[in-house]
This record gives sequence, structure tokens and C-alpha cells, in this order.
Amino acid sequence: MGGLVTRFLQRWTVFAGLVAVWQLLGWFADDPFFPPPSKILTAAWEWWVLEPSNVTEHVVPSIVRLLGGWAIASVIGVSLGLLLGRSERAMEYAGPLLVFLRSIPPPALVPVFLLLFKAGTSMQLATIVFGVVWPVLLNSVDGARSVDVTKVDTSAVFRIPRWQWVLGVVLPAASPKIFAGLRVSLSLSLVLMVISELVGTDNGIGSQLMQAQREFDYTRMWAGIVLLGVLGYGLNTALLAVERRVLAWQPRSRDEQHA
Amino acid sequence: MRAFTRGLLGIAGFLVLWELLGRSPLIPAHALPPPSDVFGELVTQLTSPEFLRHVVATVLALLIAIVIAIAIAVPSGLVLGSVPAVRHATRAVIEFLRPIPSVALIPLALVMLGFGPETKITLAVYAALWPILFNTIYALDELDPLLVDTARVFGTGRTGVLFRVALPSALPFVLTGIRLAATTALVVMVSVELMAGSQVGLGYFIMEARSGPGRMDQVLVGTVVAGAIGVLLNNGLERVRRRWVAW
Repeated sequence: MGGLVTRFLQRWTVFAGLVAVWQLLGWFADDPFFPPPSKILTAAWEWWVLEPSNVTEHVVPSIVRLLGGWAIASVIGVSLGLLLGRSERAMEYAGPLLVFLRSIPPPALVPVFLLLFKAGTSMQLATIVFGVVWPVLLNSVDGARSVDVTKVDTSAVFRIPRWQWVLGVVLPAASPKIFAGLRVSLSLSLVLMVISELVGTDNGIGSQLMQAQREFDYTRMWAGIVLLGVLGYGLNTALLAVERRVLAWQPRSRDEQHA
Repeated sequence: MRAFTRGLLGIAGFLVLWELLGRSPLIPAHALPPPSDVFGELVTQLTSPEFLRHVVATVLALLIAIVIAIAIAVPSGLVLGSVPAVRHATRAVIEFLRPIPSVALIPLALVMLGFGPETKITLAVYAALWPILFNTIYALDELDPLLVDTARVFGTGRTGVLFRVALPSALPFVLTGIRLAATTALVVMVSVELMAGSQVGLGYFIMEARSGPGRMDQVLVGTVVAGAIGVLLNNGLERVRRRWVAW
């Protein structure tokens, strides 16, 4: 128990200290670009708690798009990845193309998506999906390749049905890699969600950020930045918890050893 | 060599599909110019000094950002990886800073740093820091204690161990981190240029082509060139890793 308290203190002392220093500096310097944390929190309170319509009209749609785009990309990435990973021939055909497509900065395609899908949710989803599908896809390919030979041979000997082979053997063997890819693309989704909202619409956290900047309301801008940070932290923590559950049968993963 | 031909065939297939899609009535006219048009425009642009200036501006800013990120992240990674107390103490701060998407900082950076190259370089550095930092820390965790003990037995001091044992064995991981960081930095660089934040650069070229004359072929030329820069960076760094740090 004592160890737990020490660790808690170790973890949060510096954090709390930095926030305190910022608060003091903010008070004394009174710099409009760097409002003290207390003001940021007040702004956040006024913005989201006192006016719940801001949450339902901006924050929730943002999160829905983020998770929707991520989910679509995950389904495409995992299914295509498992397929390509199990066929060396297919990967030879697709490999160089994938390398090139992955290297395209997704925001560069925003103008194309704007014309193809018109401004709005579908364009934003397209941007997110195109941007985040690659880590899932390439990690699934890697994972599917790593099924060990004994399992391949055993499954062949027992002639298990194809769907059982994919869902029961390949998918579990690939899952640690898949989760690593899912985690990368979840944090990427947040980035692309913001980018797509900076240009595409007038609703969402990203557009509110831009609006706060245009109105020179730097305190709100900071509140938006903090919200995005908290959102990223929360999503990552949630996915880690799911991963720990789903992969509980796996030998302890590296991350946990480091934690 | 067979694999190479198949790869080319794959790309050719994709181009044919794109050509058909671009020319089909299913897609609004001019929304997706077919590759034949785009490649014609690509040739024109590649010979225009104006376009090359944009490309050079982006690549140069990108390289500067990567170098700065390395200069910050590798030393910090070495400290955080070898002194557990510092790592525990800064953990909450890092975990809070990391998920803040660099693009969320665009408005802040714009008002503070203006529309010059400082803005895009700063944001790209911020984005590129994390992969390098974390890979350096993980690399030190993976360090074989036997190597450290052996060096200690032979009388190597703490800094000696850090530079002669830890750093060389961490280098492959660090290079992987740099490779990931380079790709991320490219994305951020182009995004910032797109969202306004400079008067030169590939992203700016794309935005101008779109908003002015609505030249989608030029937009795609910019996109293809940005992708090519990404491939070159990625393959180049991968080759460096294989060639010089193959231990």
C-alpha cells in the first residue's frame, strides 16, 4: 500500500508542480497567449458544462466520427491484412502499391475527398479511414504471417473449415500485432478528425478551435487543446484495457512489464 | 526480380482502375482526373522552377524538423531510459502531452509564431519527438544486462557504459523511431502548409491549386510528389538501418 502511495506521488508530483508553476507564471505575466490553468478550466466549465448544447453539437459528433472512421478502417484493415498476409503472391502484387499509398499524407487528399463526397460527415470519414487504415493493415499482414508452422500443419491435417481456420487460428495468432496497429491508428484518428474539421465543416472540436482562434479567444483555444489531450489519453487507456482483456491468454506483453 | 514485376503489375492495375474511375460518369467531372492527365501535369510541373521551389521548401523544413527532433528526443530518451526516478516523475506529464495532436496546436502556433516556416517546423518537431523518444526509452529497456556488467567489470564508468554500450545497442531501435517520426513529420508539415501557415511548400501548392482555379490534376500532382517524398524517406532510412546498424 505504501509503495502504491509513493508511486502515485512520484507520478503526479512533477505534473502538479508544473501546473502550479504555469498558474503562477500565468498570474504574474498575464500573457494573453498563455492563460493560467485556472482560467482554462473555467473556460472549459462555461463552455461545455454550462452549455451542454456545445457538447451535443460539437464534441459528440467529433467523437462519433473519430470512432466511426476508426472502426471502418479497422474492419477493412484487418480483413484485407489477414488475406494479404496469408498469400505471399497477393502481397507481392500489392506490396509496392501499399507502400506508396501509405506514404501519401492524408490531408493532401482532403481537396479530392471534398469534391468526391462534398463537405460533411462522409468526407471526414473518408479522410480518417484513408489515413488510419495503413497501420492496421500492415500490422495485420505481419501478424497473419507469424502463424507458426505447427499450427498451420495441424489445421491442414484436421482439414478444419476455412472460416474456422481464419477466425480460430490466424486471427488469434495475429491479434497482438493487430492491437498494436489499432492503437497507433486510434491516436492517428484523433489527428485526422481535427484536420478534417479544420476545413470541412462548422461543427466539431476542430472547427471550434479554429473559431476560438479567429475570435482571439485564446483561453477557449487552450480549453480545446486540453480537451483533445484528455480525449487522446482516455481513448488510449480504454483500448489498452480492452487489449489486456482480449489478450489475457497471451504471455505477458512487453507494455505491461514496463508499466 | 519476379516479385518486382508483380509489384509493378499491382501498381499498373491500380492506375488502370483509377483511369477507368476517373473517366466514368459515376464520378463528378473534374473531381478525380485520370492518371494520364495527372502524369502529363506532373511532367510539366517537375520542369517548372516554381513547383520545385515548393518541393525544396517542404523537404528542407522537414529535414530541419527531423534533425531538431533527434537532437531533443535522443538525449532525453537516454536520460529517461537510464534513470528510473526521472522517468517515473515525468511519466504523467509525458502521457498528457503525447496524445495532444500536433494539429490541435496549429491555431496556437499560428498566433504565436506567425505564418513563416517556424510554425510548420515547430509543429513537425512536436509530432516527431514522440516516436524517437519512446523508441529510445524502449531500446534502453531491452539492453542486455550482461553487456553492461561485462563493460563494468572491465572498468567502464557510467557515462562510458551509456555511450559505448547502451547507445550502440539502442541505435537500431532509435533509427526505427526516426523512420516513423519522419513519416509523421511529413504529414504534419503538409497539413500545416495546407491549413495556412506558410507561403511556400507542397501543401501550399495543393491548397492554391484547389482554391484558385480548382485544378484537381495539380492537387493530385502535389499529392503524388508528397507520397514519393514519403517513400524515399522511408526506404532511405530503412536502408541506412540495414546497412550500418545491422548488429
